[in-house]
Amino acid sequence: MMAEVSKELERLRDLFYGLAELRDRLREAGATWPRPLPEAAVGTVRVKTGLPAMLRRGVIMDVTNVEQAETAEDAGAVGVMVLDKLPYDVRKAGGVARMADVKVIEEVMAHVTIPVSAKVRIGHFYEAVVLQQIGVDLIDESEVLTPVDEQHHINKWAFAVPFVNGCRELCEALRRISEGASMIRSKGEAGTGNVAEAVKHFKTLYGAVEELAAALRAGDEERLRDYARRCQAPYELVTLTAKLGRLPVVTFAAGGIATPADAALMMWLGADGVFVGSGIFKSQDPRERAEAIVLATAFWDDPEKVVEAQRMVSERGAMAGIDVRALKPEELLQTRGI
Amino acid sequence: MKAGVLALQGDVEEHGEAFRRAAGELGVSLEVVYVKRPAQLKEVDVLAIPGGESTTIGVLAKRAGLLEPLRDAVKSGLPTLGTCAGAVLMSSDVVDAVVGRTDQPLLGVLEAAVVRNAFGRQRESFEADLQLEDFGQVRAVFIRAPAFVKTWGGAKPLGPLPHGRYGTVYAAVVQRHMVATAFHPELSTTAFHRLMLEIARR
Repeated sequence: MMAEVSKELERLRDLFYGLAELRDRLREAGATWPRPLPEAAVGTVRVKTGLPAMLRRGVIMDVTNVEQAETAEDAGAVGVMVLDKLPYDVRKAGGVARMADVKVIEEVMAHVTIPVSAKVRIGHFYEAVVLQQIGVDLIDESEVLTPVDEQHHINKWAFAVPFVNGCRELCEALRRISEGASMIRSKGEAGTGNVAEAVKHFKTLYGAVEELAAALRAGDEERLRDYARRCQAPYELVTLTAKLGRLPVVTFAAGGIATPADAALMMWLGADGVFVGSGIFKSQDPRERAEAIVLATAFWDDPEKVVEAQRMVSERGAMAGIDVRALKPEELLQTRGI
Repeated sequence: MKAGVLALQGDVEEHGEAFRRAAGELGVSLEVVYVKRPAQLKEVDVLAIPGGESTTIGVLAKRAGLLEPLRDAVKSGLPTLGTCAGAVLMSSDVVDAVVGRTDQPLLGVLEAAVVRNAFGRQRESFEADLQLEDFGQVRAVFIRAPAFVKTWGGAKPLGPLPHGRYGTVYAAVVQRHMVATAFHPELSTTAFHRLMLEIARR
């Protein structure tokens, strides 16, 4: 009996040695992505905030399959966000909204050259682990999906992949950054085709930033400390924001953007770029609309170009949209995870 | 002196800041121009094409009628620094490591072939100290970075790196008045922007 067990163990050990050798051989053959320099550092703050910096003035588009992702890439999107359902359909379907199919995300990654993002439920550490493992470039911890943790967001410092989080105002943004978010976006009210809430969130956000900057100029340290305490955000982050006169990470607009002029409006309000959710692939003219929104985002400060973009689409083709005032409080997505 | 940054998409502000700091170090008075119209190319003494998505910048440049004027300006001697996406746009031959060949618009001014996303996805993005001829030690930040796999003619490759799939690849290429880097000097050093201002001053 004992002899048999030790023989089994030996066989098992040989198997593991064999696997380790195979792994080394594969590595030497370049089967995994090579680390070109042994001392290279991955997942540093500079590397994690570097990706969002490269997305500036760009449009990230929600997609549900490879065909839409390729349309987005051809139109000049700087990235795609893979979802199971577009926010408009999430709203319609009800029930629990979760991370997209891994197979669909992987298929999109194999077909486009631009960064691929995907959403995880607020507080769902393991959906994020899965997305990092398959190589998603940017993770959106999103209120569009059904939150799993009422108390906590994901500890984003634990990941090598950057995260983007939504906010309605500055305190929320600073809490997310202190949890390790490398990028911030407005929440707006997703899936409505109505940019009103995103406008409100940007004005609230930057109104508060201006107040902090004024407090700093006046040397009013007390007010900055009060603000940090009230927000439950680190004092250092509050002063840094006041010094910079903006959020210390790249800040995109999101929630209800449906036309080129919507995108240009958000850029004018200080956004570094835009996310478009249902606005493109819930419209009648997704290809033209995608191109037009890319053009209006890059050239928001050139009215002629915004006109050119607006001419590329027809209001008849725009998604119908939902008046935010018609939504019941429990139907709002923006109040999830604050 | 006027330094232009192509401002269609990408980390434009970071390049503007790097030019300003470099000018401060050299004691040069400098104005930074964010280039979005062909006419602006005539005003500037030096140009940076930033990091970003090369497909997006290419599509926008084509739509805004900037592709030809850009190519002409760089070819006729405008000192130009291209980083990451900018380096891809400047190259003559581009393939993606996963997707393969695409028909993205290019300037094709640099005698170099480049592989996009050569080091993998964002998870594999890294920073490291590189020894570069003429620059010394540089802290280099590679974000979903491309790699130079071949150069010819007057192009000189710098910063060899071992690569499991492509053998030896390069982190940068210098060709007369053009400098292209696979990494992002604008995020960590002024050395490259200083060199560009010096080339422009000559």
